[in-house]
Amino acid sequence: MSTPSLELETGSGAIAASGESGESGKAGRWRGWVIPAVALLSWWFVSRHVVAGHGMMTSPAQVLHTAIDQARTGALWRALSASLARELTGFTLGASLGLVLGALLGVSPFANRLIGPSFNAFKQVSLFAWIPLISVWFGLGDVAKVVFLSLAALVPVVAHTSDGIRAVSPALLDVARVFRYSKLQTVRQVVLPAALPSIFTGIYLALIYSWLATLGAEYLLVAGSGIGNTLVDGSEQFRMDLVVFGVIVIGITGWALNALARAIQQRWFRDPAA
Amino acid sequence: MATVSSTRTSDLNLHHVSKRFAGDDHAVPVLDRIDLSVKSGEFVAIVGASGCGKSTLLRLIAGLDDQFDGDIEFSGERVRTTDLARGIVFQDHRLFPWLNVEQNIAVALKNSGRSKEEKRRAVAEHIALVGLKGYEGHHPHQLSGGMAQRVAIARGLVNRPKLLLLDEPFGALDALTRSRLQNELRRIWEHERITMILVTHDVDEAVFLADRVVVMQARPGRIGKVVKVDLPRPRSRSDVAFVRLRDEILADFSVPQDVAAA
Repeated sequence: MSTPSLELETGSGAIAASGESGESGKAGRWRGWVIPAVALLSWWFVSRHVVAGHGMMTSPAQVLHTAIDQARTGALWRALSASLARELTGFTLGASLGLVLGALLGVSPFANRLIGPSFNAFKQVSLFAWIPLISVWFGLGDVAKVVFLSLAALVPVVAHTSDGIRAVSPALLDVARVFRYSKLQTVRQVVLPAALPSIFTGIYLALIYSWLATLGAEYLLVAGSGIGNTLVDGSEQFRMDLVVFGVIVIGITGWALNALARAIQQRWFRDPAA
Repeated sequence: MATVSSTRTSDLNLHHVSKRFAGDDHAVPVLDRIDLSVKSGEFVAIVGASGCGKSTLLRLIAGLDDQFDGDIEFSGERVRTTDLARGIVFQDHRLFPWLNVEQNIAVALKNSGRSKEEKRRAVAEHIALVGLKGYEGHHPHQLSGGMAQRVAIARGLVNRPKLLLLDEPFGALDALTRSRLQNELRRIWEHERITMILVTHDVDEAVFLADRVVVMQARPGRIGKVVKVDLPRPRSRSDVAFVRLRDEILADFSVPQDVAAA
């Protein structure tokens, strides 16, 4: 460590080493496909040779057929776009409100004393417990669903935003004082950037929770269309192929949302210390 | 604006400075009636065992803590809060992890009232001063401890403060890096001619750098004695006079087993 260039070499050596371990992880990724492949094979085998023709069972071929049918008639896109529009509306409303409320709780000790205890109590109540109230106040339509989704998105954003802001190290706040930062400068230049990784975690969770809540809302507040209604229709009409198809679509959508959020985090919110 | 007119002398005077931690009126004070005068351009080192209040004293001079008794005057004005004329470098570099080297130094200039162009030039100059040319775009997690501390020193200097406070700035570094940075700090002090107060538990470092070494004692934190270091610079650590001075100061520590890094 006697010259700067030597120190930098040590640093880049560490980066190269971590890159290597990432590559060996990629090579082992096929192992994750073992269980789904085995499950698909055994499903195909059981549906064809063991309980063929039974109403409770459907075959992979039947599900594929339904999938093509749903895609061709446009039913899939109608349901999926209705669900995603709801999800994004609720998520946007809930997350924005959550950012404001979380920032307020984090920055102002007064607001934290006033609102904090109520929020913590509210947080403990399962979201689904609000469904009866929401359906009485807002009906079974889109308004009720969006209210429910917003609540689902609000909670993690408030919690992570206020925690992130309050966890800002006093050592960094000292630096802001040494250089005579105003309150506004301190919040914008120090507090928010320091809290950003935590805030993003809240938004990320909000995206996932509100997608899960979308399904819950469509299943419990049955009116209109959506991928949750596809599930309801399938089970009411005893069409297992439609149910299985719906479950697969929900899984893929959730996975895609997750991947999208991860990609955004990697790109813009990577914790530099990590 | 918080600049100090150059016609006034930028001397620092501490008169009967005492401090207790809040709500602890019966405990031994952290600092007990500290009197100290530092002349403009002087390099003073404060040494003492851990817990003698030397870092607390530095925070009071920086203006980061106004809960104390007595008077602290800088350039003829009472110290009440922080001021760009008084810079500080902390033991942990305290760089902002989300900013790169250049931006971290520019953090100090936010309220300096200088133009964009002046700021840019000042940052570039100070990156060169601490020998980090070529590392402008690096983030703190890409820097070694020594390099990060150099960025912190550049950030402390870039406002051209009249007084730079250094709170064990090399305490967390390995021996080799530490001795190199001590040499650089000496060079910067000779070059910039600003007052420096260095808090350290390393007596060697104090004798190597300072005009005067203030020895503090613990419980209550107070000044034991002040030793003048009349050796020509650059000093050699193996010089007989250097060794004699160092041993004299070491002998003065009140709690010998606490003496670290002698």
